[in-house]
Amino acid sequence: MSERKLRLVGVGALVLLALLVPFLFGPYRVGQFTLVLAYAVAVLGLNLLVGYNGQISLGHGAFFALGAYTSALLIEKADLHYLLTLPIAGIVAFAVGFLFGVPALRLRGLYLALVTLGLAIALPQLIKRFDGLTEGTQGLTVEQPTSPSWLPFADDQFLYLLTLLVAAVMFVAAWSLMRSQVGRAVKAVRDGEIPASTLGINLASTKTRVFALSAGYAGVAGALYVFAIGFVAPEAFTVTVSLAFLAAIVVGGLATIVGAIFGALFIEFVPVYASDVNDALTGVIYGGVLILFMYLLPDGAVGLLRRIGRLVARRPAAPAEEAEKRPAVAPPEPGVPAGKA
Amino acid sequence: MERFIQVVVDGVATGSIYGALALALVLIFRSTGIVNFAQGEMAMFSTFIAWGLYAGGVPLGLAVLTTLVLSFIAGLLIERGLIRRFEGGQELTLVIVTLGLFILLNSLAGWIWGFGTRSFPSLFGDGTFTLGGVRLSWESIGIVAVLLAVVGLLFLLFQRTKIGLAMRAAALNPESSGLVGVRVGRMLMLGWGLAAVLGALAGVLVAPRLFLDVNLMGSVLIYAFAAAALGGFDSPIGAVIGGWVIGVTENLAGTYVDFIGADLKILVPLVIIFVVLLVRPAGLFGTREVARV
Amino acid sequence: MRRIVWLALLTTVALVIAACGRDDDNGGGEADPGITDDEIKIGGSYPFSGPASAYRSIAEGAKAYFEKVNAEGGVDGREINFITLDDAYEPPKAVQNARRLIQQEQVFALFNTLGTPNNVAIWDYVNKQEVPHVFVATGASLWGADPKSHPWTIGWQPDYVTESQVYADYLDENKPRAKVAVLYQNDAFGEDLLNGFKDAIKGTDIEIVAEESYEVTDPTVSSQMAKLANSDADTFLNITTPKFGAQAIAADAKLGWDVLHIINNVSASKLLVLEPAGLDASQGLISTTYFKDPASPDWEDDPAMKEYKSAVSKYSRLNPEDPFGVFGWGAAQTLVEALKNMKEPTREALMEEVRNMDIRVPILLPGIEVKTSGNQDGYPIEAMQIQRFEGENWKLVGEVIQAPHSGGS
Repeated sequence: MSERKLRLVGVGALVLLALLVPFLFGPYRVGQFTLVLAYAVAVLGLNLLVGYNGQISLGHGAFFALGAYTSALLIEKADLHYLLTLPIAGIVAFAVGFLFGVPALRLRGLYLALVTLGLAIALPQLIKRFDGLTEGTQGLTVEQPTSPSWLPFADDQFLYLLTLLVAAVMFVAAWSLMRSQVGRAVKAVRDGEIPASTLGINLASTKTRVFALSAGYAGVAGALYVFAIGFVAPEAFTVTVSLAFLAAIVVGGLATIVGAIFGALFIEFVPVYASDVNDALTGVIYGGVLILFMYLLPDGAVGLLRRIGRLVARRPAAPAEEAEKRPAVAPPEPGVPAGKA
Repeated sequence: MERFIQVVVDGVATGSIYGALALALVLIFRSTGIVNFAQGEMAMFSTFIAWGLYAGGVPLGLAVLTTLVLSFIAGLLIERGLIRRFEGGQELTLVIVTLGLFILLNSLAGWIWGFGTRSFPSLFGDGTFTLGGVRLSWESIGIVAVLLAVVGLLFLLFQRTKIGLAMRAAALNPESSGLVGVRVGRMLMLGWGLAAVLGALAGVLVAPRLFLDVNLMGSVLIYAFAAAALGGFDSPIGAVIGGWVIGVTENLAGTYVDFIGADLKILVPLVIIFVVLLVRPAGLFGTREVARV
Repeated sequence: MRRIVWLALLTTVALVIAACGRDDDNGGGEADPGITDDEIKIGGSYPFSGPASAYRSIAEGAKAYFEKVNAEGGVDGREINFITLDDAYEPPKAVQNARRLIQQEQVFALFNTLGTPNNVAIWDYVNKQEVPHVFVATGASLWGADPKSHPWTIGWQPDYVTESQVYADYLDENKPRAKVAVLYQNDAFGEDLLNGFKDAIKGTDIEIVAEESYEVTDPTVSSQMAKLANSDADTFLNITTPKFGAQAIAADAKLGWDVLHIINNVSASKLLVLEPAGLDASQGLISTTYFKDPASPDWEDDPAMKEYKSAVSKYSRLNPEDPFGVFGWGAAQTLVEALKNMKEPTREALMEEVRNMDIRVPILLPGIEVKTSGNQDGYPIEAMQIQRFEGENWKLVGEVIQAPHSGGS
């Protein structure tokens, strides 16, 4: 069977499993998976920026928080229907991401990382400062979506399926975008800005739009998070969240679409298992597993799957795919062109 | 006016804390080209070891020196045993490994020494004195002196010694350096070892003021990162000056600009850095990258 | 052919997972979940990792007490199974822990969950599930303010409103025209204490002349302290958590700021705060307490303290002088008494008992009661005593001060 068909089967299996989840597990587990889906959307957004476009952000937790608070405030204080808050959260995050992306054009690598980190630090502080609006450190409880009476689902099942639907839409959108002309431009910018610009690609426009789009994804994810957890507080959106997303894209596989799911599964479940094993050594286990994962699977989970797929299909890797897996964030070295040919 | 000077002086004292760790970050960057998320936790771990020695009866100076040596060795081993496997691969993978190391060390330290706070004695004693109405402490002056001395030593190392040259070459272009006979692996180990020493030094310098617990460096790391970015990631003096700028502006803003208050105080250095980086994308003293196509 | 193999594989995988089955919520039989003839399951969510991990000692203290009780035969022959989960002080984790404890582990009650935001995140859910949410480990006044809205939730410790009232009373008596400078942590804990204090000094001659906040993520509070010392205050109210409490005390001494220094109960630990800061710098510190100090020689021969210390050394890794352990122990004692006294092995009966308690908890100071009087009373402990640090230890001052909340608010 060709590799393409294998891939289709793989994705199909994933979708099938995803659909089965709410009917196989109890409400607690289903809730966990719902959260995983929300994280996956944010991780996917970050991957668009880092994996596909070669930029960096240590601040995606801030866009996530922005989307979450937008949704929470609209639901609780403006009495808006929760479904409407999804696109609004995405748009707000997109807008802020765009504003941020413009000045960030001048920055690269570590410096961009630092500035985005600054955003991640600033946002909880701003939430606390404007506590008249946000309820500050007390936190804001949000009414969670319930299953409508004309559907035969329990609340947790409905929430999961809703999140799955939204996530699926976001994933398909990202996938088709990256396969299109736009996607090629995005990847070209990652592989070499100067060559890309000589090809006529507008660097500034591409980069800021990708930044904004990835922020928008994180914003939508934030809204989904609010549906799943039903509570927002500044403590929930520390720098740890941004760093977890970063780990997730690498664990899942840079510049992959499906990798976001694996990354999200990792950052949700591994800490829980780590603390189950030994609550005094949670970090040792989690950190250790993370390092081990990077060692065994430097291309992420999807990298492993691709290798298995190739073995099964018994076909050597096509040259185009090798190019896909090129290091995404290369250090700019004087005298050495970025993205060796 | 006196108050103003006091605020500035206090800001320099706080800024020195950031600069101390920033030096270690800069050193790692100069030798290996990445940012080491675990730098702070390594420093914290070293400081705990120093504390352990001191609590066990070893005189402070000797405890610190022993810790520096142990940290050097630990840095060498970490590079050789762990980091080496990831070099040459994707940069981001290595960054995530350092993140994993951060989480691991933090938890390990807590498991070994508990999560409580403890005091750490100052290498320069607790004395304070007043000069022209401004209150100064020997400790702060000592920290500044040590920082400047380290910057001087690093300058000598990198600019005036063969080993320093070799380290810079290994970081800049491992392949070509290897071809001309630089022992790239050794240089990388050396870089990590030295950075570990600097981190340990930073730890024992700041622990007296901040008090020693597993989260000692957690909050400092971000400031150190900011200081290094402000000064330019490949400039040791930039790291120190960056730290001072951040400490002073934060303190000035917190003291004189009322609507900022303590909760938004951290925004001040961040905004400043943002503005500086827009104008000078490689930091105040960093070297701009020139890419040949 | 290969296609069929693949399909078969997939179907097998799906069936294997299906074998896990969907575990439903408790069917709701006669016996409440989590309680059988030999066992009572209690669930707790604590920050075992993360920035607040110093509070894990609370869980350890509680666990030690449950172990001791189990060793002595349990509660009416039922062994207490205390299941604790780590939430790293993050609300989403607390939410998931609550769901897991209630749905999967099927605990009888949630006990001593730590942290204001974490408890706010879960209390709607827990109340909807009608699970007892008792003796939460936070001093927010929220839990007792409106028992009707969340009848299954109740606090334990004297809340921050009570505590700040005690400080206000102390000042009113000893320094009626005090000018107070405040350092507070910028979160629910700090704000609760500060606002409680502001309310309590209304109508007195005490005034707040300077206010500085800090973030838990700040490395140091030195600039805030410098600013406060520069004010014309003659009293310093120190609303901090241990690490920053130590920094503030040290800064106070270094700045030579010689004012009356009141430090809040959370940071009044000799082990975690005063020793690092320096006992010399801590002379004359004023704080409050409601339980016996494990570091004080005054209680060395006290039977309750001896019992505590021996159990803690037997069943935990705690430092016996860590007051957070005593906190957990005391709360656990309260729960066990409530479990012993409840009329039926049901959740409702437990809450009924909890709302009508009049218990002796020996580790608390003499004169401090654990008492609730019906569904409108949301505060089990409403008294504290002033203590002053002299020499090497805290010394109790004066009498126990009752600071009850008025009415149902």
